[in-house]
Amino acid sequence: MDVEPPLHEDVLARRGAIVAGLCRLLPEDAVISDRARLRPYETDGMASERQVPLAVALPSTTGEVVAVMRFLHREGVPVVPRGAGTSLSGGALPRADAVVLGMMRMHRILEVDYADRFARVQAGVTNLAITEAVQKGGFFYAPDPSSQLACMIGGNVAMNAGGAHCLRYGVTTNNLLGLTVVTAEGDVVEIGGRHVDAAGYDWLGLLTGSEGQLAVVTEVTVRILHAAEGARAMLVAFKANEVAGACVAAIIAAGIIPVALEFMDRPAIAACEAFAHAGYPLDAEALLIVEVEGSAAEQDALLARISGICARFEPVSLRVSASAEESAAIWKGRKGAFGAVGRISPDYLCMDGTIPTGRLAEVLARIGEMSGRYGLKVANIFHAGDGNLHPLILFDANDADSQRRAEEFGAEILRLCVEVGGCLTGEHGVGVEKRPLMGVQFNPTELAQQRRIKEAFDPGWLLNPSKVFPAADAAA
Amino acid sequence: MTEGAAEGEAPRDEAGIAAAVLAAYEAREPLEVIGNGSKQGMLRPVQAARTLRLGGLSGVVMHSPEELVVSARAGTTLAELDGVLAARGQSLASEVPDLRHLLGSEGEPTLGGAVAANLSGPRRIGGGATRDYVLGVRAVNGRGELLRCGGRVHKNVTGLDLCRLLAGSHGTLAVLTEITLKVLPRAERERSLAVRCAEARAGVAALSIGLGSAFGVSGAAYVPAALAGRVPGLSGPAALLRVENFADSVAYRVDRLRALLAPFGTVDVLEEEVSRQAWRSLRDAEPLADGEGAVWRLSVRPSAGPGVAERLEREMGAAWFLDWGGGLVWLRGPAGERGHASVCAAVAEAGGTWTLLRAPLALRQVVAVIPPEPEALARIGGRVKAAFDPAGILNPGRMRAGV
Repeated sequence: MDVEPPLHEDVLARRGAIVAGLCRLLPEDAVISDRARLRPYETDGMASERQVPLAVALPSTTGEVVAVMRFLHREGVPVVPRGAGTSLSGGALPRADAVVLGMMRMHRILEVDYADRFARVQAGVTNLAITEAVQKGGFFYAPDPSSQLACMIGGNVAMNAGGAHCLRYGVTTNNLLGLTVVTAEGDVVEIGGRHVDAAGYDWLGLLTGSEGQLAVVTEVTVRILHAAEGARAMLVAFKANEVAGACVAAIIAAGIIPVALEFMDRPAIAACEAFAHAGYPLDAEALLIVEVEGSAAEQDALLARISGICARFEPVSLRVSASAEESAAIWKGRKGAFGAVGRISPDYLCMDGTIPTGRLAEVLARIGEMSGRYGLKVANIFHAGDGNLHPLILFDANDADSQRRAEEFGAEILRLCVEVGGCLTGEHGVGVEKRPLMGVQFNPTELAQQRRIKEAFDPGWLLNPSKVFPAADAAA
Repeated sequence: MTEGAAEGEAPRDEAGIAAAVLAAYEAREPLEVIGNGSKQGMLRPVQAARTLRLGGLSGVVMHSPEELVVSARAGTTLAELDGVLAARGQSLASEVPDLRHLLGSEGEPTLGGAVAANLSGPRRIGGGATRDYVLGVRAVNGRGELLRCGGRVHKNVTGLDLCRLLAGSHGTLAVLTEITLKVLPRAERERSLAVRCAEARAGVAALSIGLGSAFGVSGAAYVPAALAGRVPGLSGPAALLRVENFADSVAYRVDRLRALLAPFGTVDVLEEEVSRQAWRSLRDAEPLADGEGAVWRLSVRPSAGPGVAERLEREMGAAWFLDWGGGLVWLRGPAGERGHASVCAAVAEAGGTWTLLRAPLALRQVVAVIPPEPEALARIGGRVKAAFDPAGILNPGRMRAGV
C-alpha cells in the first residue's frame, strides 16, 4: 500500500521565515509566494495530481542554486526541481511543504564547439533550442522527446528522456559528456566535462534518469552530431499485429537499423487519420512508419531492401515516400497522435512500458482483452524497434469511475510489461505515477539497495520527495 | 596478490558466488574478485585474504538476434561470446580491447571483466562505450545479496540506473554474475582512409572534419611517425578514419570523405582486411605494447589531445598515439613518480581524466591510478561504496587507496 509520507509540519509553520530567507538570496522577482502566482506550479504533465507548493524560487545561475540549496538544507525544507513541467509521470509534482526550484531562467547556451562536437548549456534550455543553436553548423542534438519544443535539458537529464530516434542515436544518457550539479547539501560538483568516460565511478550515468532524487542539475554538456544528408520515410500496413511484429523482427535480423520504426494499431490509425489526413489505410490492423537516413541513393537502397522484406509479409499497403514533403505527410499523423486521440476522447492516459519486441503481438492481444474488460478504448502507439509501448487509454476525467478504471487498466498493462520481461517505464519515468508499482519490478532487497544509494546523496530525503521510491520505503 | 590468484573459489553458479561473498562478509575478510585475471595488472593491486574467480560461471544464456539482445554469464569469454554473435552476423558494438599483450597477461578476457572495467575500443567515439550497451546485470553486492538491475529491453528508466554505475566499478561495488547487452549487426563492409599528415594538430583537425560530417565515421585515430611502422597498412604518420556500412554506402562515403580530407594530405584507402588489422592493433594498444615503461590512457577533449601528447613527449620522452578523434591519448613513458606527476599535471591543465593502465607493482602501490575526486563527490562516493559493500570486502584498494 502506498502511503504518503507525512508533511514536515515544522516547515509549514515556518513558511514566512523560509520565504523571507529566499528573498534575501535571490532578486525580488525570483521568489514567488502568493497563492495565485503559485497556482501554475501545482501540477505538471500529469494533470490528475495537484498540490500548491510552499514557494517557488527561480535562480538564474548555478551560484544562486547553491545559495538556495544551502539555505533549504539548513532549514530542512524539501526541494522539487522543475524544468518546463512536462513530465507525464508527475516528476515535478510539488508538496505543500516543498520549495519548487524552477530552472526556466537558466536558459543560456554557454558554449558550442563544432570541432570537439559538444554544446554546454544551462539546465533551463529547451531540448529543441540546443538543436536550433547548432543547426547552422549542420549539427543536432539527438534525443527528441515529443515535448521537445517545451521540455528542458535539465528535465531530460533527470528523466533520461528518449524520443522516436533512440534506436539509432540512443537516449539522453548516451548523449551526455558532463554535468554541473548541486548536491542536497549545496555543494557544486562538476561531473565529466568535454571528454568522454570518467575513470572512476560513472556518476554521470547514475545521475541521469535519477528523477531529481540525487542532485539538482544546473548545467549540461551534450554531445552534438552532424545531421545526416537526408531522411525519408515509408509507410507499410499489415492485416494483423503479429504480422507487423514479425516484419519488424525480420528488418532488424537483416542487419538494418532504421533511424525510426514506429508502430500504430487500428484504433491509433483511425484517430490519427481523422485528425491529420495523412493517407493512412483504414482497413489495416497495424501500420509501420520506417525512416532511413543517408544520401538520396543510400535512402533508395535501404528503402528497397526494407520494401523487399516487407513484401514477404503480404502488406495491405506499402508507400515509399519520394520526397521530404511526402515523408513529412507520413510523419504528420504519428506526430499529431496525442492531439488526435485528444479529439476523440475528453481525456487519455499515456502509458510507457517497455517489452521485448518479440512479445509484441501477444501483449497487444492481451491489452485488447483488458480493454473489453475495463470498458475503455485504447490506442497503441509504439516505438517498435526498441519495444517502448505507448498505449493511450481513453476515459472521461469528469466520471470518477471512468478515471479509476483507466488507472487500474494502466497499472495492469504495466504489470504485463514486467511479466513478459520488460519494465514499468521506458522514457517517462516513475515519478508519482508508477511509484506504487515499483514492487512489481523490484524485490525488497533491490529496492533497499536503491534506497541506500538515494540516502548516500540525500540523507534527509529532501530532494524531490514522494517520488520513485514506494512510500513505505521512503518512510523506513 | 597474483601468487594467490590461481587458488581461491571458482563457483559454477550464481548461488555459489552469493554464498562466497556472504561468507566473506560475515567473516569481514576482503575478497579479490577476478574473471580469468587478464586485467589483473591494471590499476592498484588488491590485498585480500580470499579470491573469488568468475571463470567457472560461463555460458551464453540467451541470444535474440532480431531483438538485438544477448545475455551471458560473467565468466563467459569474449571469444566465446563473439563466436555466438558472429554466427548470426552480430557483434559487441563497443569493440572491447584485448590488453593481454600490453599487460603481459594470459587468461582469456571475460565479459564480466570487460564490463567491470568499462573498456571500449575505437568505436566508442561514434557508437558509445561498453556501458552504453549494458541493458541489464545480475550482481551480488557486498552483503551477499543478489540484485537485478536494468533488464533485457532497450529503453528502461525504472529506478536508478545501477547498470551504468556497476559498469566500470571494477568489482568494488558488486560482483557481476550475468550481463545483458544490446548488440548490433556486423557491418557488411569496412574501409579506412589514411590521410598522410606529419603534424598531430592537422591530423586531429582532419579527424574532426570526418567525425563532424554526415558520413558516419566509426573510428578516428592519429598515429605519429614514431609508431606508424607498428600499425598495419601505415607507412608514415597518418590520420586514420574508418567507415563501416553496407557495401554501396561504404563506396560512396569513402569517396565523399576523400574529397573532404584531401586538403590535409594524400589520402590512401585501406581495404577490408588491412583496415581490420589496423584498428585491431590500435584497439589493443599494440604499438605501445612492447618496450619498457608505464602506459597511461588519457581522455581529454579531442582538440587537446595533440598538445597533451606532445608536451609529455617533451617532458618525459613519451611515445603515444591518439584514438577517439584525438581525445584518447595512449601514452608510454618511464615508470616513475616524476613521469606520473607530469601526466597528471598535463591532463589537469587540459581538463580530462587518466588511468595508469600498466606499471610495475612498486609504482601502482604508491601513486593514484585514477584521478582523485573533488571532496564533496568523494564523500558521497564513500557512502555509495558503503551502500553496496558496508564491510569494504570487495576488491579493496583496486581503484583508490583505502577504499
